[in-house]
Amino acid sequence: MTDLLLEPTTVPMETVYCMPQALGSQPTHYCPGCTHGVAHRLLAEALDELNLRERAILVAPVGCAVFAYQYFEMDGCEAPHGRAPAMATGIKRVQPENIVITYQGDGDLASIGAGEILHAAARGEAITVIFVNNAIYGMTGGQVAPTSLTGQRTVSSPFGREGVPLQMSELLSVLPGAAYIVRRSLHNPANIRKAKKAILTALKVQQAGLGFGMVELLSSCPTNWGLTPPQALQWIETNMLPAFPVGDYKVLDAVKEL
Amino acid sequence: MSRELLKGNVAIAEAALRAGMTAYFGYPITPQTELLEHLARRMPELGRTFLQAESEIAAINMVYGAACTGVRTMTSSSGPGISLMQEGMSYIAASDLPCVVVDVMRGGPGLGNILPSQGDYFQVTRSAGHGDYHPIVLAPASVQEAVDLTILAFDLADHYRHLVILAADGLIGQMMEPAELPPMRDLSDERPAYALTGAKGRAPRRIASFYLQAEAEEAYNLHIQARLARIRAAEQRSTEYFTEDAQLLVVGYGSAGRIALSAVQKLRAQGVPVGLFRPISLYPFPEVRLRQLAAQVSAILVVEMNAGQMLEDVRLTVAEHTPIHFYGRMGGAIPVPEEIENALLKLLPTEVLS
Ligand SMILES: Cc1ncc(C[n+]2csc(CCOP(=O)(O)OP(=O)(O)O)c2C)c(N)n1
Ligand code: SF4
Repeated sequence: MTDLLLEPTTVPMETVYCMPQALGSQPTHYCPGCTHGVAHRLLAEALDELNLRERAILVAPVGCAVFAYQYFEMDGCEAPHGRAPAMATGIKRVQPENIVITYQGDGDLASIGAGEILHAAARGEAITVIFVNNAIYGMTGGQVAPTSLTGQRTVSSPFGREGVPLQMSELLSVLPGAAYIVRRSLHNPANIRKAKKAILTALKVQQAGLGFGMVELLSSCPTNWGLTPPQALQWIETNMLPAFPVGDYKVLDAVKEL
Repeated sequence: MSRELLKGNVAIAEAALRAGMTAYFGYPITPQTELLEHLARRMPELGRTFLQAESEIAAINMVYGAACTGVRTMTSSSGPGISLMQEGMSYIAASDLPCVVVDVMRGGPGLGNILPSQGDYFQVTRSAGHGDYHPIVLAPASVQEAVDLTILAFDLADHYRHLVILAADGLIGQMMEPAELPPMRDLSDERPAYALTGAKGRAPRRIASFYLQAEAEEAYNLHIQARLARIRAAEQRSTEYFTEDAQLLVVGYGSAGRIALSAVQKLRAQGVPVGLFRPISLYPFPEVRLRQLAAQVSAILVVEMNAGQMLEDVRLTVAEHTPIHFYGRMGGAIPVPEEIENALLKLLPTEVLS
């Protein structure tokens, strides 16, 4: 036995898992169980696989992902609350050869930035939007968002949210400028794999110059939902999925051929 | 180069693209719309970026994005639109990015009207958004000066990596005058060291205005303040007329300064010792020269097309013993030279009048 252990091993090692190059090694400030981290990882993996890191420019939002420009190992900037699609437009129009990505929360994209996202999609700006929908304002401590569920109790809707959640993927999908709009969820591995595939497709849509692309990701906020991380994932499945069905809302024929 | 008859707004637009402006984003508002319309045709002709944004909020953030790529970029508007750009201007300033914003001022507050005014002086000189900073602000008094200051605006913006506002009143934007345009500047492909171009073969570059720790935010603020100190020391601009032996001094900028000049010339012809000081940079306010002139005159008359905004800077500059008076018209009303003459005559000591 001892001899065997000392035998030098010559079996070639294959890397099956490592940090994506597009993601830096510094720890993030996200809460335990928050799926912002999963979304970051998926985007970074997709950029690596398509070899786009050195061409990419990330526009970070105001929200919990405000530091995203620090976490990714690529050029980046940080937009005023909701204005990432306008900033991305400015960058992409000057440098169409770059891959320009916005990363936005639901308060950022669906509330204060509803105008900017609508018009960027309507113009068919060739940018990629990663839309992290957690049905609440995370960074400011859990206030109601336009994407909060009917009856959802938050610190600013203590009696339950009135009205119905704003469905941005459905809304934007009717615009001719939109080339690729899908909703995915991050609540379990099967859905995470589908989310990754969608992000890959969205980046290819931009590479091919087909128009505006957005991947909406249903995401957890255990801290402000007042749940444990496993409960939060369950909450996505039980409560968010019925209000925000995952699916493909706009896929141009040209996208299917990619 | 020959002189051409040019409308102010068109002259500013043409000067901007000749200065190498690569990307323009704007939204229609009178009295600056011809500027946007001129660029809508000219920028695509030159293979450059023109986009009419969905709002001034979007326009300034598109400028923010374009500025991140290191090219010369600009937007233009008037009071209500400049109000909407405040947040974006503050972010741009806090990211050490150069850009030019043109404000062709109209009557306000509120929707006001589309007539000429200087009512945005506070808004553009005090900070143009939240936080501690000032943009550089330049105020032309003729179409030719609007051309020259547009070129200067881009140069100063690049030199200091700072926001520059060209504060023209509606008269300058709308009037036609002969002016000479500069030759077209070559666009260089070279981008500054901060430009976001994709991290190919180099470390990632990041542009943001976010400092969580008080020490870091204060250190950044001190960096802006140090830059502003350099700007105040080097960039005070003004021009003056009949000041050598003046005992009375009119202070006015832009169109108000130009109208005041007619009044001063007329009174000079009658032997009245009056001079005109016309600030060209509103920030930095040309305090060094004004302080010198104030020491020699017995009174100052500030003339503006507002209720007295630059008046505050004059008061902050001039020692207490020089009396400071004000004559202003508001809401799009333009003072005529006779009104300024009368205001000046009231200030004259009786022995000068007789
Ligand atoms: C103009 C402006 N208004 C308000 C804020 C405060 N604020 C910061 S983050 C945020 C909400 C972000 O929520 P969301 O976009 O859903 O992202 P999350 O934090 O949940 O990821 C708000 C309102 C701000 N920074 N700027
Ligand atoms: S507050 Fe919510 S969204 Fe923000 S990091 Fe924590 S769990 Fe994530």
